Amino acid sequence: MFDALSNRLELVFKKLRGAGRLSEKNIKDAMREVRQALLEADVNYKVARDFVKAVEAKAVGSDVLKSIEPGQQVVKIVHDELVTLLGGKAEPLAPVTKTPTVYMICGLQGSGKTTLTGKLALMNKRKSKKPLMVAADIYRPAAVKQLKVLADSIDVEHFHIEGKSPQKICQEAVKYAEKNFIDLVILDTAGRLHVDDELMKELEEIKDLVKPDELLLVADAMTGQDAVNIAKEFHDRLDITGVVLSKLDGDARGGAALSIRQVTGCPIKLASVGEKLSELEPFHPDRLASRILGMGDIVSLVEKAQDTIDMEAAEKMQKKILKAQFDFEDFLEQIQQIRKMGPLENLMGMIPGVGKAMKGISIDEKDVNRMMAIVQSMTTEERRNPRLIDGSRKKRIAVGSGNSVQTVNQLLKQFATMQKMFNNMNKMKFKGMPKGLMPF
Amino acid sequence: MLNSFEKLRRSLSKTKASILGKITQVVSRRKIDDDLLDEIEQILIEADVGVKATMRLIESVRESAHANKLTEGEDIINLLQQEISKLLGRDSAEAEVVSPVKPAVWLIVGVNGVGKTTTIGKLATRFAASGQKVLIAACDTFRAAAIDQITIWAERSGVDIIKSQEGADPASVAFDAARAAKARGADLLIVDTAGRLHTKTNLMEELKKIRRVVNKALPDSPVLSKLIIDGSTGQNALNQVRVFTDAVGCDGLIITKLDGTAKGGVLLAIAEELEVPVDFIGLGESVDDLQEFNPEQFAKALFTQ
Repeated sequence: MFDALSNRLELVFKKLRGAGRLSEKNIKDAMREVRQALLEADVNYKVARDFVKAVEAKAVGSDVLKSIEPGQQVVKIVHDELVTLLGGKAEPLAPVTKTPTVYMICGLQGSGKTTLTGKLALMNKRKSKKPLMVAADIYRPAAVKQLKVLADSIDVEHFHIEGKSPQKICQEAVKYAEKNFIDLVILDTAGRLHVDDELMKELEEIKDLVKPDELLLVADAMTGQDAVNIAKEFHDRLDITGVVLSKLDGDARGGAALSIRQVTGCPIKLASVGEKLSELEPFHPDRLASRILGMGDIVSLVEKAQDTIDMEAAEKMQKKILKAQFDFEDFLEQIQQIRKMGPLENLMGMIPGVGKAMKGISIDEKDVNRMMAIVQSMTTEERRNPRLIDGSRKKRIAVGSGNSVQTVNQLLKQFATMQKMFNNMNKMKFKGMPKGLMPF
Repeated sequence: MLNSFEKLRRSLSKTKASILGKITQVVSRRKIDDDLLDEIEQILIEADVGVKATMRLIESVRESAHANKLTEGEDIINLLQQEISKLLGRDSAEAEVVSPVKPAVWLIVGVNGVGKTTTIGKLATRFAASGQKVLIAACDTFRAAAIDQITIWAERSGVDIIKSQEGADPASVAFDAARAAKARGADLLIVDTAGRLHTKTNLMEELKKIRRVVNKALPDSPVLSKLIIDGSTGQNALNQVRVFTDAVGCDGLIITKLDGTAKGGVLLAIAEELEVPVDFIGLGESVDDLQEFNPEQFAKALFTQ
């Protein structure tokens, strides 16, 4: 997501690494580029300026200049400062302990409030809590219906009173929750501009009436310099308790994230990364900083793998690989496991170095489908022993999977290469592989 | 004319506070020098004008000031206004609906939450009021209740709508709508599509397919892709324009939500790097808040007190 910024910084530091020793001037040059990259990434002007100053002071003042790998040192300082800027540690949401706990969602039009409401409901439902989704957007056509459809799709109760004010709806929703053993009330308010005094007042009134445990501002990661004004205005009037960054799955460099935290002091608590209701992640400043610097996000990837992959199967697989017994059956299973983790594009972006290497190359899920079709057109025997596949079998597989014989050949060749690679890995006694991760 | 200018000026008054207001403050009673230009650079960047366009504007101001021996800070305002209106240059593409072949087709595309459906409602109202026969195709079959939302707009503006159920193939809805538009003798078919991030390859493919299908059903009709951009978007707007243009072409931009605080700046960034005309700008929630874009007026509105 922050690819462009990482690339810029990497370029800068490549230059630094090239220079055996760094002078103060080298660092100043680099910092100028860092600043420009930050500005191009929509980081607020003042935030970018302060950031660069802080890094420069540390870099010039410390032992960096004399160290063996000065470039690396600077990268580390930039990284640490980014983490600080993003808020240090991940901050969790207010726990759903008292009944009912109330989360109030607010933000500009189109920032993703209703989707977030659904995501929060699903997340809590999976933790065996009983959520209630409340439609308090009485302005936009079909907004109430949208919430209802989302709620129904995840089998969560929703609440709305036709013809009442948002204040009344929210108040009644909480009363309803008290009587009906609801654990969590999520108030989905209408989108509004932060300069719309009347609608901002409405939010203030709702807040006073229901006293939410968590008042979240949804901020679009693609927002420009104005992100800071928006967040500040909402914070000044409502004293928000946290920010949720939405649309982080685009290619916005997300400078908004860097600025909002710095200017409002509000923690960014969640990252909303897709249109599926399961796509909600805690916001991790350190991981994000790593991503910004092109270090990848291997931690998220491993966590995701652990969430979705059957560990026992994975260990079995690893043993097979180490014994070089990996066949097409395993290959198929691997692909299916990986698929469960989400779109391949998202996953690849998390692997260190891949984000950059894959720039401009999009993974076509269709290619993967084609691969699976070919393997599925093989007999079990052929999958276990690909050497069986002769000319006539190839023809049958090609026809069966709707591909040309060349495509089948290609896959067989790739597979052979992979097996060879595993063999080599085995010889090298490769042991540091994270459990359950795709080996290729 | 005067009315629309007044409205534009008032709506942009907050942009003005961030661009012109601040510039007027810093230039007053000062000489043109590097410090002053640095401050102006900051003001422009904070208005989302972008590093590249800002640098170029500042350079042109510096050069013109030098060439014309201007030294007073206040002179900068004039220079900037000229430069900005030059940058936005091209005359607003006439929002041409009248096409020799009926129906003309507008494919409305954009990322999530930029205001596609609302804009379509406004466009339909506008064209219907001017006597055009408009038909809407509800091709956002993905988002919950999107079809209901566009249906309400169609009712409000009194135009017909072709729709299917949620989850249907958007291209098939587009095809039906294209045929219906022809059969009913519509002047304009407006196709609403689901919001999609430009980075999702498969969703962009789906968009291409919608366009292909419409082209096929109406081989003689002009099919224009209109990209909607949220006015508060930062430099990512450039990527959005690039990728959507690659996928389905981009015959015009519609910039929405310009009634917030930092707005319009990104328009300069886009003009600096890409050749796409702006057709309309959205200045508020009501139907007549969608205005034809006029670069001269826009630059003037930014720089009128």
